[in-house]
Amino acid sequence: MPVNDMVIRIGGESGEGIVTIGEIFVRIAAFSGLEVYTFRTFPAEILGGHVTFQARIADKPVLSQGDDIDVLVCLNQEGYDNHIHELRPGGVVLYDSTTAAPTADAGDHTLYAIPVDELARSIDFVRGRNLVMIGAMVQLFGLPLDKAEQMVRRRLGRFKDLLPKNLEALGLGYNYAQENFTQRPPVYLEPPMEAAEEGLVMTGNQALALGAITAGCRVYAGYPITPATDIMEFLAKELPKVGGVVIQAEDEIAAINMTIGASFSGVRAMTATSGPGLSLMVEAMGLASMTEIPVVIVDVQRAGPATGMPTKTAQGDLYLALYAGNDDPPRFVVAPSSVEDCFYQIINAFNLAERYQIPVIVLSDQALAPRVESCDRFRVDDVQALDRELVDLDANGDYQRYRITETGVSPMTVPGMKGGHYTAEGLEHNEKGNPNYTPEMHSAMMQKRRRKVDIARQELALWSNVVEEWGDDEAAIAVMGWGSSLGPVQEAMARAQETGLKVAALFPKVLLPMPDLRIKRFLRGRRAIIIPELNQRGQFARVIEHRYSHELIRDNIEIISLTKYQGLPFRPVEIFDKIVEVAQLLTERARID
Amino acid sequence: MITQSEPLKVKDLKSDVKPIWCPGCGDFGVLNAMLKALTDLKLDPAYVAIASGIGCSGRFPAFVNAYGFHGVHGRVLPLATGIKVANPELTVFAVGGDGDAFSIGAGHLPHAARRNVDITYIVMDNEIYGLTKGQPSPTSPVGMEKKASPYGTYDIPLNPTAMVLSYGATFVARGFSSQPRELTELIKRGVQHPGFAFLQVISPCVTFYDTYARFKDIAAPIPEDHDSSDRAAAIKLAMTTDVQYLGVFYQEEQMSHHARVDQVRDKAGSDFSLEDLLKRFVR
Repeated sequence: MPVNDMVIRIGGESGEGIVTIGEIFVRIAAFSGLEVYTFRTFPAEILGGHVTFQARIADKPVLSQGDDIDVLVCLNQEGYDNHIHELRPGGVVLYDSTTAAPTADAGDHTLYAIPVDELARSIDFVRGRNLVMIGAMVQLFGLPLDKAEQMVRRRLGRFKDLLPKNLEALGLGYNYAQENFTQRPPVYLEPPMEAAEEGLVMTGNQALALGAITAGCRVYAGYPITPATDIMEFLAKELPKVGGVVIQAEDEIAAINMTIGASFSGVRAMTATSGPGLSLMVEAMGLASMTEIPVVIVDVQRAGPATGMPTKTAQGDLYLALYAGNDDPPRFVVAPSSVEDCFYQIINAFNLAERYQIPVIVLSDQALAPRVESCDRFRVDDVQALDRELVDLDANGDYQRYRITETGVSPMTVPGMKGGHYTAEGLEHNEKGNPNYTPEMHSAMMQKRRRKVDIARQELALWSNVVEEWGDDEAAIAVMGWGSSLGPVQEAMARAQETGLKVAALFPKVLLPMPDLRIKRFLRGRRAIIIPELNQRGQFARVIEHRYSHELIRDNIEIISLTKYQGLPFRPVEIFDKIVEVAQLLTERARID
Repeated sequence: MITQSEPLKVKDLKSDVKPIWCPGCGDFGVLNAMLKALTDLKLDPAYVAIASGIGCSGRFPAFVNAYGFHGVHGRVLPLATGIKVANPELTVFAVGGDGDAFSIGAGHLPHAARRNVDITYIVMDNEIYGLTKGQPSPTSPVGMEKKASPYGTYDIPLNPTAMVLSYGATFVARGFSSQPRELTELIKRGVQHPGFAFLQVISPCVTFYDTYARFKDIAAPIPEDHDSSDRAAAIKLAMTTDVQYLGVFYQEEQMSHHARVDQVRDKAGSDFSLEDLLKRFVR
């Protein structure tokens, strides 16, 4: 079992503090200089229902939640019974011996019985059970006690009265483990000796919200929906401090229309939702496209259709984002692939929206939004906010809001600019913005608006952070994908390369406009492209097949769609196995040829 | 409200786009009253924004030399809210018809009212869907025979004024497109009201449902002894349907939405730096 690469699962009833144990433990690990990556499943209920908190902790950047569970922590019998069968052979179990007992099928696991409840009661602090367990975990897995104490102060310091008790409980668990267990667990952590690099630890939604503020977003309108709500909560606290505002709208339709109105007034504005909300926003997204008002719409995808599984993940809204809307309104689509990437891609989204006066949809998902990841410090100073270009009315006597230009981008004014008034018109209109239904005008305007997509495609070819490409240039097998499956793909590829396989990979971060040149260059010389994604029909695979059918047929490249629709993210092994399978297939074919 | 010392004349405020309305449409009266109100108030048109929904009255913004937004059906209130929130200096109007306001967009009305967004909402109520050529609307009377209701409508019409009064709106008035002078005054009072001003304007459709004669018969000014700070009395007046009272039913000063937003900003403080915020996430 590897040292310094550990997947730990904590299971129990909602309301027992499972998440608290997990969140504090991973932060202690991160604080000690290790890299972390969490994965949570929630029940839909507020209280009650089964919760799982899973984290992977390692000494190199963690790219996925891992394949197998090395460690199980349980605070009661149910936590034990529910998860023991998923523990890898030779795993480690920590359990509260006051409330749980191992069953006969414990196998070859190493068991650590900690009388958590009893210890907490011994200091008259039943609520401190979590901290007792954390203390024992810190000791057993080799994390420093002083870092643990500092983290508890940081995370729980706001409950001043309880802080001494919490620290006492932590120490109690730590000491119990130290005194009673001489055997080191088969899996443990070794934090680096030197001081931890000053990286960041946060969730995808926090990174999105921070990115939005950095990009200059000052109006946010939204309606509560899992798993997007904490973007609104974060901004509700921070935006007023910079003169901004958060409006909790009466529904998603109101939210998007408020966002459009605010942007019309000249302020960068955004809304965030999940699939059901995006479905409601579709008509107004078309309005933003037609009236050429920049807006950013975040869709934190969850498993559907309809209400679906609000707390489970999916990448099922790609078609919705790419194609929704009557008569196909031009829009852009951006998909971040990690917590860190959330920060940079939302900035890209704002810049694209402002520059091209167009709605931009950002596709995150339920796996990316709530998970805690460690990452490098954001390069805030490098961030460039591209403003929408407002027309100089003194120099430009003949202002026409919807002037047909070579780039498709027209001059723009905002209310308050004298002589710059126009009507943002949802009907087809002429260059002045007046309703106009002539066949010539309609086709000219349709082309003008669509032109922005092609011009943006050219500009994006020069941007550095909109495509991620890695692996062996010469490989016959490649993996393509989008969004949060990047991490598992990176890990699967590293493993494949270790076994001597050659694989290349490409993940576009901007899915519309698609980076055609990069992709066509990437396809050259390949035999098979594996496309893993979390939806039923292989939406991205179908897009690639359709868009590059000429290249695929000409060069005899096969698209192999790997789909998963269980509400769960990919495990690296699922992608690794596919790579191996395809490699064997290609070898066999070569033999037959 | 941003004004200018040299007010524009009505003809300067009128855009060169010709209204598409049928001759005799009530909406002409509303447009003229609005233009008159803008000049009377000496508003700087650079700081006026008119948002609209869908329907005959939705074309309104294009006819005025001011900033305009012709949005989608039923969403004029959130659109106007966004416009105002982002720039509170603007004088913002929302305009639309009875279908836009009380059918597809009815869900937004109580929320605009309770937010007390400082916008003036003018609903041109003709009791019919005119743009789609004459289907019953939520204010059509029972028994109206149209192609979509060949045996007569049987749903009970809404009472918009009573409804909005019950939502807690801080300014509720009713006007009539055939009384331009009174209507102009109502619009002016709505604009001057620091909060959500709701104005139901009877604006008959000459083509599909001509109610001029009916309303001329039953329209009457609100009794002089009505106390417009008494919401219950206002609702009682609004519930009277055999007489259609015209004037201000109710007015009350309450903090507007942007004043509340400013309060929130004060509470939040302005000691923001991205650097400090990021520090919270340093491991």
